[in-house]
Amino acid sequence: MIQVANLRKSFRGQEVLKGVNLEFAAGKITTIVGTSGCGKTVLLKHLNALYLPDSGEVFIDGVDITKLAQKDLYEIRRKFGVLFQGAALLDSMSVFDNVAFPLREKTRTSESDIKKKVDARLEQVGLGTMGGKFPAELSGGMKKRAGLARALIMDPQIVLFDEPTTGLDPVLATSIHQLISRTQKQFGFTGIVVSHTIPQVFDISDYVAMLANGVIENIAPPQAFCTSENPAVQQFIHGKTEGPIQVL
Amino acid sequence: MVSFLGQTGRFALEQIAAMGRVFSFLMSAIFLAFRRPAKFYLIIYHIKTIGVDSLSVVALSGFFTGMVMGFQGYYSLRKFNAESFLGSAAALGLLRELGPVLSAFMVTGRTGSAMAAELGTMRATEQIDALDSMAINPVKYLVSPRIIASLLAMPLLTAIFDVIGIFGAYLVGVHLLGVSSGSFFAGIENSVVFHDVYSGFVKSISFGLIITWICCYKGFHAPPMATGVSQATTESVVLSFVLILVWDYFLTSIML
Repeated sequence: MIQVANLRKSFRGQEVLKGVNLEFAAGKITTIVGTSGCGKTVLLKHLNALYLPDSGEVFIDGVDITKLAQKDLYEIRRKFGVLFQGAALLDSMSVFDNVAFPLREKTRTSESDIKKKVDARLEQVGLGTMGGKFPAELSGGMKKRAGLARALIMDPQIVLFDEPTTGLDPVLATSIHQLISRTQKQFGFTGIVVSHTIPQVFDISDYVAMLANGVIENIAPPQAFCTSENPAVQQFIHGKTEGPIQVL
Repeated sequence: MVSFLGQTGRFALEQIAAMGRVFSFLMSAIFLAFRRPAKFYLIIYHIKTIGVDSLSVVALSGFFTGMVMGFQGYYSLRKFNAESFLGSAAALGLLRELGPVLSAFMVTGRTGSAMAAELGTMRATEQIDALDSMAINPVKYLVSPRIIASLLAMPLLTAIFDVIGIFGAYLVGVHLLGVSSGSFFAGIENSVVFHDVYSGFVKSISFGLIITWICCYKGFHAPPMATGVSQATTESVVLSFVLILVWDYFLTSIML
């Protein structure tokens, strides 16, 4: 269970998060939507304490991770897998080594078992023959798939997806969405997706939360979210420039 | 007046805080270097990037520096009819001063800038965040092995610079300008003592620490954009050069 309580964060005097309160359902996919630059990624990076808040708490299974010492924080982070916006694969390593990296660094798994597990994950994300390639040799979609394989390699309980389909064509975006949905059903992790690819992302979401003006405006299942009378939600869904969401 | 004092105070506090961050970065990198598990494969890899990959440029600059010393030393010493001291002058100059400083400059330009650019790019492309999110301490993984590698590689590079530099001075002094080979080497044997070699050794180790410390810090904290990486790279090279020269002055005054 992940709970965010009254989270506030400023950068150089500009308050991005102004008291975010949110609960993520365990074993479900929750998508956070909002306009570009509204603080979705900032919120996501607070969930595994890559950013620390100015005030407020983030509870993971009842533990406030904003006040943990590094050793305890690293224990909590073992529960997480993260797919970064640009996949964040380590340039100097092949795809296989990137996916194997957490196993080699954080476990005592034998090389033969690592090979079996990495090959299986690469197969699941459709990169079975790409293990020997380097990140620079991959397309954007392939990088995301490799990033997903790495995010899943430690069998995490929670997976964070930071704009997994940004920069991809609609066909590839749908395939990444399907991949997220399929792997979530297979492994049962709690998925938190930051995206503004609507309405496609609604197909894989159990809940949709909208971040606007530094607070969560609404959280509901996709159908209820779309029919919400919240003016900020309606403005965002219909792409209007006039409304409660401040644009420019 | 009050506003001026306030601004000055704020500026001073910001500078002190920045210095604190730089020192705490170094301390954590050194502390983590001794924490298990040791990253031997990374240390060996970085010895290659810092040491082996810088070898040609260090050797080349050492050779030409030595040859210039041969010419300049001969020109100066001839005024006192002391050309026979050329070997002594070249060896002492290279071992005590030029070897450590110039090889440190070469490593800064060749490897330090690459370190800052690499870490800056890793910051911009979230690779450092990715390490952190995988519960892998990025300072231990990226910085500590580089610091240990530079402490091991720098004295070796300096030694190579010194030897090749002395050879360059020998070629110019003996074969081009006609100084006697016997007096060239006898001068070295009579004047160079262990303390000269030792002081150059201490300097090269401390310069290695300065280069990796500053370049890694600048790269690690580069603003996550293209101009941020280029700015971090430039700043890391300039600051390393300045700190090498300042530290060289203090070490020379202590170890003279």
